[in-house]
Amino acid sequence: MRLWSWLGFALGAVFMVLPLVGMFEFSLRARRGEYSLDAYRSVLGDPQFQATFAYSVVVAIVTIIAGVLLVVPTAYWVRLRLSRLRPVMEFVTLLPLVIPPIVIAFGYLRQFNTSSFLPLTGSARGTDFLLVMGYVTLSLPYMYRAVDTGLRTLDVATLTEASQSLGASWVTILSRVILPNLWPAVLSGAFLSFAIVIGEYVFAALLDRPAFGPYMVWVGGNRAYEPAALAVIAFGVTWACMGLLTLTGRLAAHHRAARR
Amino acid sequence: MTITAATPAPVPAPPARRLHVGGTLAAWIGVAPFIAFALLFLLLPTLTVVIGAFRAPGGGFTLEHVAGLSQPRIVSAFWISIRLSLATAALGCLIGFIVAAAVTRGGLPEGLRSGVMTFSGVAANFAGVPLAFAFIATLGRLGFMTVLLREWFGFNLYATGFNLISFWGLVLTYLYFQIPLMVLVITPALDGLKREWREAAEVLGASRLQYFRMIAMPILWPAVLGTFALLFANAFGAVATAMALTGSSLSIAPILLFAQIRGDVLQDPALGYAIAFGMIVLTAVANLISILLRGRAERWLK
Repeated sequence: MRLWSWLGFALGAVFMVLPLVGMFEFSLRARRGEYSLDAYRSVLGDPQFQATFAYSVVVAIVTIIAGVLLVVPTAYWVRLRLSRLRPVMEFVTLLPLVIPPIVIAFGYLRQFNTSSFLPLTGSARGTDFLLVMGYVTLSLPYMYRAVDTGLRTLDVATLTEASQSLGASWVTILSRVILPNLWPAVLSGAFLSFAIVIGEYVFAALLDRPAFGPYMVWVGGNRAYEPAALAVIAFGVTWACMGLLTLTGRLAAHHRAARR
Repeated sequence: MTITAATPAPVPAPPARRLHVGGTLAAWIGVAPFIAFALLFLLLPTLTVVIGAFRAPGGGFTLEHVAGLSQPRIVSAFWISIRLSLATAALGCLIGFIVAAAVTRGGLPEGLRSGVMTFSGVAANFAGVPLAFAFIATLGRLGFMTVLLREWFGFNLYATGFNLISFWGLVLTYLYFQIPLMVLVITPALDGLKREWREAAEVLGASRLQYFRMIAMPILWPAVLGTFALLFANAFGAVATAMALTGSSLSIAPILLFAQIRGDVLQDPALGYAIAFGMIVLTAVANLISILLRGRAERWLK
């Protein structure tokens, strides 16, 4: 039995590890006859890489901030006052996983074109805004679930009443009472959003923004060893996000245990 | 798709108290920004596409665009997409189940399990363009494995007719995010199998196979089938991996839609709406099946 378990595990492990070894080995092959970091040097030194990566990082950060500003007050309010709305919220926040992203992006191009009531695609800034909104939509399922799970561990009604009796306004309650209690949940939603947004291709390509995803596709079509180096970098970013996510989860559990 | 850390126990709801928040109207104002956002950037764009699929050029209702889906080119694109999603979902379920069963039930070291779960979280999110690059670097014509097999074992992979830029090449690549997703979703279900059930079966003289066939499988199948549907939808909507891997040489439904949006390749702009509508229908049905079956499976996890 144990032998079979090891065999099953090994089958999966070999399949999952080989491509990682492959992309790493390939990324070192840029110089003939020996391993070198030339592909990384060429990628990291490329102004296009720097510009698109920086663009995507900024978009990801703005997406996270917008997502938190949208989701935290809403989830809080639904828990506090509108619990009958919860099934509807669960359904709506699940939709971005059900509707393929390319369909949503297609809808954006039609709904916000230059002859529409809100011609966002008409200007570069407007399209940037639309891209961020698209990414907030894509990360909605993860952000909402994380925050809602975080809220479940709080006694929202008591916290609100206590703050109100001390004269706090709604903004104060949200920013100084609810949000500090939600940090681990918000951070886990944020890291996940970052991992999704940083290399996203479909929205960025269809909205024609100079983001990291389309840049990677361009490199893939025009270079030999640089794509593998980009894959290693992208994998590193995903690992970092997921590592931080696990870490915040553990810290939160530790924090809760210490409080009790 | 990601599963985050286990949810802590909920705090019991306190008795209703009077809060100073005004009337019902005020309560709705609190969710107004979210409703506005969801309408503007999620519901209306989707509705635009659905309506577009049924609107005649001069206005009014028509089934012409949807009927246009019967063009051989579109039918074959959807058919490749469906087979691709079925194949990756089936293999993903099978291999993912074996791996999950091995680490949860197979008596492997405890530390292995958390490692597999963390890695699965990363790999399930390592999709899109970089994933395609990783597979080209591994199984492409000059890839790591291709070269290794040739130089060490004298085995020419590409002489066997294998090609990464093909249906089965795409299946292999998709499996890289399908297997870990299966592991993440099915592990809680495997944990739900109670030791007592197995002991009771053994006391009554059941063999290992009988326990698996008559107790474990009937409890697990809604979860497995539900995850199968989830993996199907997951593969069906994916486009970036396929684009980066095959360019547009393998015409699956989302790639056809992408090309249509970019440059009207089907000589009829309205066909884009119809393709998008077809995709929504397929992923919606798959997700619905998944939600229903997984909800059923949760009965045993309490």
